[in-house]
Amino acid sequence: MAHNKQVAVIGTGQTVFKSHHPDRTYVELVQDAAKQALDESGLSPHDIDAVIISMAPTVFMGVNDADRWAVEHVFGANKPVMRVHTGGASGGSAIQAAHAHIASGAYRTVLVVGGDRIAETPDAQLVLNLIWDKFYEQDFALTTVTMTALSAQRYMHRYGATEEQFARVVVRARRNAMRNPHAHLKGEITVEDVMNSPRIAYPYKRFDICPRSSGACAMVVSNLEVAKSQSTRPAFITGVSSITHSVFMGDRMGLWSENEYSDYDGMWRAAKHCYQQAGVVDPARDVQVAELYDPFSTNQFPQIESLGFCGRGRAGAISDDGGWDWNAGGVSISPSGGTLCTNPIGVTGLVRAADAATQVMRTAGEMQVDNVRHAMATAIGGSQQFYTCTLFSADHN
Amino acid sequence: MNQSVTQPMVIPGEWHVTYNYSTGKIAGQFFEALRERRILASSCSVSGRAYLPPRAYCESSFEPCDGWVEAGHEGVIEAATIVTAKFDNLPEPPYAIAFVRLDGVTTAMVNFVQGLDLSDVPAAIAKLQPGTRVAVRFKDEPEGRITDFHYVRLG
Repeated sequence: MAHNKQVAVIGTGQTVFKSHHPDRTYVELVQDAAKQALDESGLSPHDIDAVIISMAPTVFMGVNDADRWAVEHVFGANKPVMRVHTGGASGGSAIQAAHAHIASGAYRTVLVVGGDRIAETPDAQLVLNLIWDKFYEQDFALTTVTMTALSAQRYMHRYGATEEQFARVVVRARRNAMRNPHAHLKGEITVEDVMNSPRIAYPYKRFDICPRSSGACAMVVSNLEVAKSQSTRPAFITGVSSITHSVFMGDRMGLWSENEYSDYDGMWRAAKHCYQQAGVVDPARDVQVAELYDPFSTNQFPQIESLGFCGRGRAGAISDDGGWDWNAGGVSISPSGGTLCTNPIGVTGLVRAADAATQVMRTAGEMQVDNVRHAMATAIGGSQQFYTCTLFSADHN
Repeated sequence: MNQSVTQPMVIPGEWHVTYNYSTGKIAGQFFEALRERRILASSCSVSGRAYLPPRAYCESSFEPCDGWVEAGHEGVIEAATIVTAKFDNLPEPPYAIAFVRLDGVTTAMVNFVQGLDLSDVPAAIAKLQPGTRVAVRFKDEPEGRITDFHYVRLG
């Protein structure tokens, strides 16, 4: 890729994530994250050419299209501003848009920013039910919980994965989150704690499921020239890709389907494109960190396999042996604790990306994994429908 | 900044929005047939696929669906779950949901599975594994809605 097409992350910012921020509004939260990212990049609001707002359904917040409310707070007034919305994948898609902004030469600097307040309403799963087809699917209690539970049951049937294996994912995530100052849930728990928490939807118990988080995240991306002047160790975006499926999950089940629902084949396709762009031929060897979009414990294994870190059906056994643990020599899976510990839906994909980029920039603090050359961030949205992959690298293409 | 309010306040709110959804021709024909206890899948002669839910367009061939086929009233579970927790404004638990591929159809369609004892979740889910045969049961007076039928386990 030509030098003028290079895109780099030169600053990130996050608020603390928790159920409620009663002392600050949505716009004040996103400004906090935006200001942190600008400060880290050494840029002022005047230096930002364009702003991209990552935002999923705003019904959670009860302000329709709340992105408009935030424009001046994220320094977007009198600049090009657009909102990107692919549900839970919004953050990944927003970065894809920002990458195109820079790689096209249209802009030198782009601020990607977003926030969410899922717990502003107690009806979050009702809101999520309304993303399904009114005529054929809404009546059957499809939610993000049941959507992924169905996928997990199918995965368990195909590969023999167990509830205990998913519980070990939760234990690792909460432990990793103890190193993350922004994480919502964290702490030492046991497999028994997960197994004994109340059943929600098979195979889920309460601890298999993410919290509803509020908070904000931002990232400044730039071209190579700005990156060289502003940052000694930027994270280059060397691969960025996405794949989308039809809304009907039942299209991805059965002998004739081109995609297997429980395998997350969309992510496998996206990852292939991403690695091709970056020249990565052996992901298990070349990638040190993956920040996964995993609001449910069962989301990890199909993603780990789709990203090429092991064969289909193998991720659970490797997990049992600690192969995905923090800084254990293999691929460290979600050193931040991931989405299982923190899920502000509309900006979660951006949080994953920020937590991956800082690993490459070596600004990940206590979460820092040794010798990171490539870090992957994923995002998933809609009815397991939108998949994005972003690869951050120490060297540009 | 001097602030007269030292404690953040919470202001309650609610949304009430009413809709009247137009079904279009394809869904309209599907719902008409449901009244006669027939489940119609839209088919594409180019790809050979038959879709449930029905749709106007085949995403495989990029051609309009150009026919209808009547789905069997039996099929096979592709994925299932059992919900045991109460979510606001969603059905009273417990309930079982399954994607089922009806005989003669390429894709799977979601509905409730009824008639199964759900009190022991691991035991119940063992009876809803992918590959399990199920049948369609219509209610006594179909209204032309997707809720006119549900699935029951066979055998």
